[in-house]
Order: sequence, then structure tokens, then C-alpha cells
Amino acid sequence: MTNLKEMACQIRQDIIEMLAAAKSGHPGGSLSAADIVAVLYFSEMRIDPENPSWPDRDRFVLSKGHAAPVLYAALAEKGFFPREELLKLRQTGHFLQGHPDMKKVPGVDMSTGSLGQGISAAAGMALAGKIDNKSYRVYCLLGDGEVAEGLVWEAAMAAAQYKLDNLLVILDNNGLQIDGPNKEVMNSEPLADKWRAFGWNVLETDGHDTGGLNASMEVAKNLRGKPTIILAKTVKGKGVSFMENQAGWHGNAPSSEQADIALKELRGVKA
Amino acid sequence: MTERIDWENIKKIAMRDAYGQTLVQLGGQNKDIVVLDADLSKSTKTADFAKVFPERFFNMGIAEQNLMGFSAGLAAAGKVPFASTFAVFATGRAFEQIRNSIAYPKLNVKIAATHAGISVGEDGASHQAIEDLALMRALPNMTVLAPADAEETRQVIKAAAAYKGPVYIRMGRLAVPVLFDQSYKFEIGKANVRREGKDVAIIANGLMVAEALKAAEILNSQGIEATVVNCASVKPLDENTIIAVSQQTGAVVTAEEHNIIGGLGSAVAEVLSENYPVPLCRVGIKDTFGESGRPEELLVKYGLTAAEIVKVAQKVIKKKNCKISA
Repeated sequence: MTNLKEMACQIRQDIIEMLAAAKSGHPGGSLSAADIVAVLYFSEMRIDPENPSWPDRDRFVLSKGHAAPVLYAALAEKGFFPREELLKLRQTGHFLQGHPDMKKVPGVDMSTGSLGQGISAAAGMALAGKIDNKSYRVYCLLGDGEVAEGLVWEAAMAAAQYKLDNLLVILDNNGLQIDGPNKEVMNSEPLADKWRAFGWNVLETDGHDTGGLNASMEVAKNLRGKPTIILAKTVKGKGVSFMENQAGWHGNAPSSEQADIALKELRGVKA
Repeated sequence: MTERIDWENIKKIAMRDAYGQTLVQLGGQNKDIVVLDADLSKSTKTADFAKVFPERFFNMGIAEQNLMGFSAGLAAAGKVPFASTFAVFATGRAFEQIRNSIAYPKLNVKIAATHAGISVGEDGASHQAIEDLALMRALPNMTVLAPADAEETRQVIKAAAAYKGPVYIRMGRLAVPVLFDQSYKFEIGKANVRREGKDVAIIANGLMVAEALKAAEILNSQGIEATVVNCASVKPLDENTIIAVSQQTGAVVTAEEHNIIGGLGSAVAEVLSENYPVPLCRVGIKDTFGESGRPEELLVKYGLTAAEIVKVAQKVIKKKNCKISA
């Protein structure tokens, strides 16, 4: 059994190293989602790195596709591809694209990056599972700025209509988006009420508490007849003191000096 | 070949009727086929499929973006989704979902759109897609098909189902003349030379194929021999056939119920200007929106007729021997 806290910390270090090497990318929303993704890939999901297109596998769709580094780090740590590839993120001729590409990266179940589209495709996958009477589950990570996209709500309505209880959406509720706090840019609250009104089960947890995330995912598995969303309260830039709660770190890579400081902090947490 | 068709008594069937029937047939053969619509199933005829296979039909409501997103997810999980709505909403409203969730990952989604072109009629310009071929043609990985009649529609739908990858299929609303019988064989990437003549080549698709054949008959009575090419496969385009008929005739007219920008006319012009430049004129909607009216009246008003093709053919033939002076 993997120590999920340690794995999340390792994923965060990978993210910092990747972004420093790439000199571009999105640290804030990748770091906020590290615990969620660690729980999914190292505890929750039935997947096989040796057989990434296994038809009965659980699926994961990173609807907030700009957090690709957190997904790539988890896939590499899980053994879908060599860790050395992480340092070639966003470089010409290498397969780790700026946003997830299912045709290029083993283990990526859906190409995403244009916000709002991932949840719609994830719901389609869940519907396919229902049609085929398969037991696989579909997991989708949504951003809290992303919910301003109308398609999120089209998908939410349809997922409830078709009773997709094999779909679990996790909302990375870090409260910040590129231009500032969600509340100032476009207030999406009250999120729990909105999702309930759309016919979803709503669970709430601390998105950095791996135990709480695990428990919520267990609960979701036993909720029948409706899709479920976990509103996971997170801190943007979590784990790197100078990035935490700073909208400015949404889409800027750390310099090598900043990366060194960040890695020291993260390694300190691990020790 | 100086085929004369009995236009007065020719049988007319809407492509969308053929679409609905073919879906039912395919549904029986392939359990992975699923059909999605956006509250227009009675118009697009996917209701035919819904009646026979209710467990494999999914109404997405009036939500075209989600229609495409769900289709992408279903395809990623091994299904063969046919997603239907009117051409305006399929290609316009949901363009970016098609681009990023279907074309980019090359997912096996068939976007089967009806009510393309101004022959939608009374509903007016908001519902008349004149730019759908241009939008779909510009997407890498996308195959673009625009059949001419009910029989070709049947074959296009079957070919799309057999092909692995995204396909856009353009169908009209009107009942149109049945030009092909079951001996006809459609292939993706192949054009069909329906009539041969030495003076001019008319390359058409959709309901303009019938007009092109009528035009060839009129031209024949004037002593002008026209080749007529039915070009349902807009992408991939049958470049060999297009170049060959241009070499044989030295003058080309394209005819389509689409904006002259970005559709079949543009595609043919691109191929010929790079490979075998000949005088070329495009018959189509002249970069303007449509309006409400009876379909037959609109087709006349917007120059989508045999008479217009004849006029343009005469003009392009005159250009053949004109040397361009600097």
C-alpha cells in the first residue's frame, strides 16, 4: 500500500521539476490537485500500467486540462512511462503535450484542455459503461473556474438524466483562477446547492486530506441512481509557500532558483 | 454518354429519410452503434432508430455542445456514435467541441447533420447552414461527405460507419431526385463521373448534382458536351479525377448549395491551381446569408439552378482560349 501523503509530495516535486525544465506551464492548479490525483491513481482506480487501454479499466478525465503536470507525474510514478520523460514536458518532438493528448500519452483517457469539455466526455464514457453493463467507474477532475463554462451544466443535467452513478466528479475548489478570485471574476457559489439542484449527490471534503478523499470516494461508490460530485476544498499552489493562494502562479513556471527553494520545502515536508 | 433523365416523373426522397432507415439497418448489424440527437429526432429521422433501438438512443436535449462531448466519450469507450442535429448547430454551435474532443483525438464519431443549405426554406437564414463544409473541411482528421440523393446517402452512412475516425455528413431537408440505383458504389475519397463530355466539366455535390445533370442536358441541346462529376467526398477529395476531367475539358464549373467560400468550389480550385490550372467558375451561395421562403424559390433566387450552371458554363468555356495578357 502506497503512502498517499508521500506520493502526493513526490508528485508535487515532479511538478516543480517538470515546470522548471519546461520553463512554462501551470503550477498552481497542479499542486492544488496533487493529493486528489495521488488518491485516485494509488488507491482508488483499477488500472494497469502494463495495459493502458484495458477495456474494463477505470477512466480518468482531467477536465481542467492545464493541470496536465499533476496527471503526467502520477502516470510516470505509476509506471505508465519512464520518469525521465517528465523533464521533456512541452518540448518539440516529445509526447508530453502542454495539455493532455490521449493519442500520444499512455494512460491518458481523454484529450482535454479546452475547459468544460472533459466532464462532457467523461459522462459519455460513463454512459458507455452503463450500456455495456460494465463495472468500471469514470473519474473526472473539474476546476472551480471551469464551472463558468455552460457545457459543464449541460453535462451535469444529462449525467443526472441518465443516472450515471458510475461517474464521480471531483471539484478542485482552490478559489482562484487566472484573473483572480472566483468570487471576483465570476462567482460560481453556492456550488453545493447548484449541483444538488442539477440532481447530483454532493460530498464535501478537504482536498488535501487523503483519508477524507478516500472515505468520500468510498461513500460515492455506494450511492446509486445519481452521479456524485466531491467538492474538495484546496489551496492553489499547495505545498510551496510562495505559491500558495497566489493567482499569479496559475500559469507561470518557477525559475531554477525558485524551483530549488520549492523542492527544499517539499522534501522537508516529506522528512 | 448523353443520358436524358425524365425529370418530370423522377422519384424524390429526402436524404434524411434514407439516413433514418439506414441507421436502423446498421443498428441491427452492429451493436456498438449508438445514436444521439438534440431534440430534433423527428426532423433528423433518428427517431426511426429510437423506435427500434430505444436502449441505444440518447436524447441530449437542446444542448449541441454536450451532444458532441458525450459522443466523444462514448467513442473513447468503444461505441460508434452517430450525433445528429441541424447542420448549423452541429458545426457552428458545437464547433470547438468537435475540434478539440472529436477531431484532435481522432475519435470515431459520425456527425450526421440534416437541414443543410438554403433549401431549409421558411425557417430562414438562422437555420440555413451555408458554411458547414468550410468549417469541417478545415479540421485535420475530419472526413467530409455530402451525398446527392437517397441512395448515395445510404451508402455514405454505411461507409462512414465502416470507417474508423470522425466523419461529417451533410444532408438536406428536401425530397430530392433519386439519381443512383443500387449498382452505384460510393467510396470515401472517390468522385463519380456521371456523364462525360469534352467541352466543360461540372463538379457538383448535394442537391446540385441533379441541377448539374439537367444543365448538361441543356448544354447538349446547344452542342456543348459537359462532363458531370458527383463529388460527395469533399474531404478527402478525389484529386486524380478532378485533375483528369480538367485535362479532358479545359474548363471547370463547380456547383454546391454552400457558400462559394470554403466548400467544394474552394477545394476544387485549390487542387487545380496547384496542379492543372484551367478557367474555373463557382456556382454557389455568393457569400451572403439566406432568407425565409419556399425552398424552390430560394434556390432560384440564389442562383442554385441548372439555368445558372448553363450560363456559367458558357462563360467559362469562352475563357478557355483567352490568353491572360500581362
